[in-house]
Amino acid sequence: MADSITRHLNLDFCKDDFPVLKREVRPGVPLVYLDSAATSQKPESVILAMDQYYRRMNANIHRGVHTLAEEATAAYESARSRIAGFIGVQDPRELIFTRNTTESINLVAQTWGRANLKPGDVVILTEMEHHSNLVPWQMLAAEKGLRLEFIPVDDEGYLDVEVFQQLLRLEPKLVSFIHMSNVLGTINPAKEIIRMAKGVGAYTLLDAAQSIPHFAINVEELEADFVAFSAHKMLGPTGIGALWGKRALLENMPPYMGGGDMIKKVLLRTYTANDLPHKFEAGTPAIAEAIGFGAAVDYLTSVGMEMIKKHEQSLVAIAMEKLSQVPGIQLLGPRSADAKGAVLSFTLEGIHPHDIAQVLDSEGVAVRAGHHCAMPLHDRFKINASTRASFYLYNDENDIASLVKGLDKVIHLFG
Amino acid sequence: MDDLYREIIIERYKNPAFKGELIPNDISFEDENPLCGDHIRIDLRVNAEGVISEAAFSGHGCAISQASADLLLESVIGKSLEEVRGISKEDLLDLLGIELGPVRLKCALLPLKILKAGVYGIKEATDALLEEE
Repeated sequence: MADSITRHLNLDFCKDDFPVLKREVRPGVPLVYLDSAATSQKPESVILAMDQYYRRMNANIHRGVHTLAEEATAAYESARSRIAGFIGVQDPRELIFTRNTTESINLVAQTWGRANLKPGDVVILTEMEHHSNLVPWQMLAAEKGLRLEFIPVDDEGYLDVEVFQQLLRLEPKLVSFIHMSNVLGTINPAKEIIRMAKGVGAYTLLDAAQSIPHFAINVEELEADFVAFSAHKMLGPTGIGALWGKRALLENMPPYMGGGDMIKKVLLRTYTANDLPHKFEAGTPAIAEAIGFGAAVDYLTSVGMEMIKKHEQSLVAIAMEKLSQVPGIQLLGPRSADAKGAVLSFTLEGIHPHDIAQVLDSEGVAVRAGHHCAMPLHDRFKINASTRASFYLYNDENDIASLVKGLDKVIHLFG
Repeated sequence: MDDLYREIIIERYKNPAFKGELIPNDISFEDENPLCGDHIRIDLRVNAEGVISEAAFSGHGCAISQASADLLLESVIGKSLEEVRGISKEDLLDLLGIELGPVRLKCALLPLKILKAGVYGIKEATDALLEEE
C-alpha cells in the first residue's frame, strides 16, 4: 500500500504503461503527445483486455447459452457496472452504452426531446458548446420549432450566470451544457447551473466528455437528468461511450434505434421494447470496446482521480506560466489555473494555427489546430482558429519544455 | 517539415506579390476550408481575348494556402480561361514543390478550387474541380 501511495504522488510511472508514448514520430524524434482532449492514449491494460476478449471469449452477448457467450455477456455487463460505479451510479441499468458522447446527446434529442418538446419550447445551451451539443438541438429545433437560447461566455471564458438567470424566466424545458470546455478549459459550475435549471422545472443534460476523464464526478450528487461521455477520452477505445439517465426518465422514453436486443417480443407488425438498459442498445454492441472501457476505468481508479486532477492542475499552472512568456501569444480561457481543466488553447500573433501545429510536429509535439469543433466559440472570440495543447496523467514537465522549444522554432521561422 | 516550409513558401507567405482585391473585376469567387476556417477570395480581370491580365487574392489562411494562392495567381497571368480550366492539382503541387499529407493538401489546393469555381462560374468550389478534364 505504501508503495502504491508513493507511486501515486509521482505519476512518472504512468508513461511506461502507454506503449504509443514510447514511439518516435520519425527517427530520433520522440513523441510528445499533447492532444488528449481530442483522444487519449491507451494503457497496456486496456489494449490487453480487448485483445484477450478476442483471443479467449469472442461471442455474441445476451443470447447464446454456450460458455463463450456466457463469459462475454458477463464481461460486457461487468464493464457496465464498473463504469457506472466510477461515476457514482448505483443502478447499472441506468448506464446506456452508445458510440460516443455525440450519440448519447443525439439519443436524448431524438427520444426524450422528440417525445417531450413542443413548438415554442425553449432549450438553453451555451456559447461554448462543442458541435455535438449544438447540432442535435439545431436539428430538433428545425423539426419541432423550438427556441434555442445561449448562455454567453465572457472575455475570460466564464459563463455569464446573470444572463442565465434572466434566460430562466423563459421557462426552458431543457438546459444542456458542456461541463468543461474543450477549447477554453473552463470548468463550468455544473451543480449550480443544474440547481438553477431545476428551480424553473427544466431538465438538464451534462456533456461530460472532457470532465469525467479528468476529475472525480458523482452524477447522482450533481443531480443532472442526463450525462453523456466517451470512452476514448478517458484511456478507453474509440467507438464506445455512455449515456447515464435517471431510471424513471429512461423508462418513459421511446427507444432510439430498433432491432435486435432492444426488444422483448416481436410480432410481424408490433414489438415490445426490452427493459433498461437494453432498450437503447439495438444490435450487436461494441463488446470488445465495452470491455476496454471497463479496463480504462479500472486503470483510472487504480491511479486515483484526485491524484490525476492534482497532477494536471500543476501541469496547467506550469504551462500557463511558461507559455505566457512566449512573444505574441494570447492564451484563451480563464487566467487562473485552478478554474481550468487540462487544456490550454492559444493564438500566436500573425501565425496560423496550422503552421504552428505543423512546425511543432517536426519536433514530435502533437497538438490540435483548428476550431476544435467549436466554431461559434471561436466566432465569439473573433478568431478563426486556435492551437490547443492538452494534458493527461501521462504528461510531465518535459513535455511542456518540448512545447516551448517547439514554439521558439515556430517564431524563428515565421516571426 | 523543413521541406514543407521551403524558403519559397515562407517568402511568399510573408511577402505575397498578388495579395489584395481588384475592384472592379471580371471574376470574383470566395470560399473556405471548413476544417480550419481558412477563407480565400480570388479576383480576376480578363481582357477581350479571354486572357487573364490581373489577379489578386485576399482573406486569411496558413502559410501553405497563402503561398499556394500567390504562386497560382502568378502562374495564371497571361493565360486564357480555357488554359486555367486545364490546371491540375499536380500542376499546382509542382509549383509549390513540396510533398503534402492529406490534411495539408486541402490547404494547398483551396486556392485552385476557388480559382476554378470562379472561372467556371459555378456556385460552389468542389473537389471535383481538382481533377483533370
